[in-house]
Amino acid sequence: MKRKTILTLSSLAIIATVYLFAADHIDAPGVASTTSDITDFYAFQSPENNSNLVFVANVQGLLSPSATQSAAFDENVMIEFNIDNSGDNREDLVIQCYFLDDQLTVYGPVAPSFTGTTSTLETGASSTQVAVTPYGQQAIMGESNGIKVFAGPRDDPFFMDIAQYSEIIAGNATAFNNPGADTFAGTNVMSIVVELPKALIGGSGTINTWVTSNRKQ
Amino acid sequence: MKKSYLNRIALLAVCALTLAISACGDDDSPEIPITFLQEDQMGRPAINTVFVTSASKDAFNVTTPSQQGNAFQAAFQTQLLALNAGYTTNLLGLDAAGFTGVLATDVLTVSLDGTTTFFDGTNVLTGRALADDVIDVELILIFGGPDATQNPGLTSDNVSANDKAFLNVFPYLATPF
Repeated sequence: MKRKTILTLSSLAIIATVYLFAADHIDAPGVASTTSDITDFYAFQSPENNSNLVFVANVQGLLSPSATQSAAFDENVMIEFNIDNSGDNREDLVIQCYFLDDQLTVYGPVAPSFTGTTSTLETGASSTQVAVTPYGQQAIMGESNGIKVFAGPRDDPFFMDIAQYSEIIAGNATAFNNPGADTFAGTNVMSIVVELPKALIGGSGTINTWVTSNRKQ
Repeated sequence: MKKSYLNRIALLAVCALTLAISACGDDDSPEIPITFLQEDQMGRPAINTVFVTSASKDAFNVTTPSQQGNAFQAAFQTQLLALNAGYTTNLLGLDAAGFTGVLATDVLTVSLDGTTTFFDGTNVLTGRALADDVIDVELILIFGGPDATQNPGLTSDNVSANDKAFLNVFPYLATPF
């Protein structure tokens, strides 16, 4: 435990001082190490049901186990999955993840009132709720309208030898090590997982999708 | 003075209108819409971290994808050539302008018709699964040249899997440390 904490601190030191190549962890000065910092985004067919798609958004990366105990989602930060199903890279549907009183409410998918960088909470849309799973407890799943939702701390699924990449970029090395060392080993993130029927977002074909974090005004 | 007075009247009028609408509306809805402003944004992994210059990282996060190509493609190309001065084309057959044109619009394309993977040897950019080694894919596309054989020391970080096994059931991500 103590060793992991130290490892995480040294990872942070490396990451803070060199050019970054993480997924989206601490990507920009305005969001680095804040509650709105997105670390990763995944979208994949459900391993449990071929008719479903799964969206994952992770925030607040590089949490040591001790830091995870006190980590929480920010009620002033709404996480939004954006879906373009017409090929113009503008969102036709959004799924909004809103936290209040240790509870996640997921609105949508629904056509948003506004596109672009301003959002309003689509409270008229159908919603699915779940309690945020506390650290150390079994995952709690919320389900309604065929939509499954989860929110809580998880192991960071991202893996990379960012330390050696940093050495390469700094000119101190010319190649990766073999085997490499996963800089993100032993660290956690705050995760949101939403699984829904593909039929709710177009059914077939290809979508363009991205995730945003949005601060309450 | 006069102007601010008028502004105050206008504000009162808007408030009155808002209240009137709220009073007539659905009781389940909040009376005042909750609005948000975007702070961070992500489509594909490692795009902002690798290709956007330090001074533009915050701007990239609040530029909507439909405008990112115009705003950032040229800078992405400069950064690509800074990382790999010998870049010609990559495994996807894209030259520097073509590759960075794709990257600058930072959305994840996802198939609703089957396999979803960043790259599995057959399918290209049909989604992103938890176990996908996305960094190796990006290293290959940046450093590997047209047949993925160039710069062999730079095309894999030799970390090919997560430190914990993923779950076969919802929520799929492994339990925290």
